[in-house]
Amino acid sequence: MKTTLHRRKVVEILLENRKDLLVVAGLGSTAWDITAAGDSPLNFPLWGAMGNAAMIGLGLALAQPRRRVLVLTGDGEMLMGLGSLATIGVQKPRNLSVVVIDNERYGETGMQATHTAAGVDLAKVAQGCGFKVARQVRSGAQLAALRTAIHRGTGPLFAQVKVIAEKIPLVLPPRDGGILKSRFRKALLGESADLD
Amino acid sequence: MKRIDNDSWPDAIYKTLKDAGVRQVGYVPDAGHKRLIELCLADKEMRAVVLSTEEEGIGLAAGAWLGGVRGALLMQSSGVGNCINALGMTRECRFPLLMVITMRGQKGEFNPWQVPMGQATPAVLEAMDVVVQEANSAEEIAPTVDAAARLAFGSYQAVAVLISQAVIGIKSFQEQAAR
Repeated sequence: MKTTLHRRKVVEILLENRKDLLVVAGLGSTAWDITAAGDSPLNFPLWGAMGNAAMIGLGLALAQPRRRVLVLTGDGEMLMGLGSLATIGVQKPRNLSVVVIDNERYGETGMQATHTAAGVDLAKVAQGCGFKVARQVRSGAQLAALRTAIHRGTGPLFAQVKVIAEKIPLVLPPRDGGILKSRFRKALLGESADLD
Repeated sequence: MKRIDNDSWPDAIYKTLKDAGVRQVGYVPDAGHKRLIELCLADKEMRAVVLSTEEEGIGLAAGAWLGGVRGALLMQSSGVGNCINALGMTRECRFPLLMVITMRGQKGEFNPWQVPMGQATPAVLEAMDVVVQEANSAEEIAPTVDAAARLAFGSYQAVAVLISQAVIGIKSFQEQAAR
């Protein structure tokens, strides 16, 4: 089934009324997507460290077991850190979701095909790694249930959301890593985070 | 006080990590870290996280710090090269990072394939702005880890403690397998 989903709309729906959801985004398009949905100090958009988004989410989810953590990343970024799915599968954090926005392309470097364009099924990889829930999403009708699972379900959850490969305007978050870190910690831990 | 010897230094590191408030420990197993990993896994107040590659530990520690928790990362020198690009994030964001690295390819190595990465370990870490502190005897390991933890969490630095192969004392495949 060919996808009809647009990435910005998908992310907007998943983050709608997000309340205190903690969000880590992989470098490139997913960092622009979460920013387009509304920049927040509880966003940690990556500008580098490709392959590490899911692991940052794991460290955060284990540190904050009472908060929901969502990692939004691209297929290329996830492919670079496939082992982290196995690592998360061992730890089984109930409060962590990893959602791959899969356009089957390396979007920032000329839209070259990634492994998923050739059929590599990341949801099956996640399932084999021990994620409690692991699914592919190709239609808008599945998004409301996915949003509910991210906000209220028992994880670890993995979703591979197939989206149209499209070139869309960049919406850039702040890029100073020190500022991104400090604003996140202050919003999560309070003003005293700076004194830690 | 009990003298720190060739068998008890991992226990001394464990106590140091506890005292430093470390609650998440990422690791890729190494024979030299065997005892310390067991101690961390047995501790209900610590989360010991087995990694599929050392690079994952850089992200894990960053996520922990974002969530208000101190982490540490245990590995062998052969894993240091896997961390290089991720260490760029540690530097750019000024995340504190405490790495405890057992050395191979250094003193009395029997496996030639370990030598290039082992010999390059300090230079590679320093190239990515990681402060390198070496411990060359069993007695100095825990104090070195203690100082490194203070530097990491007090001054927001990435710090690696390199535990000399002279302390670990692996001399042959047979002896390593028997450990």
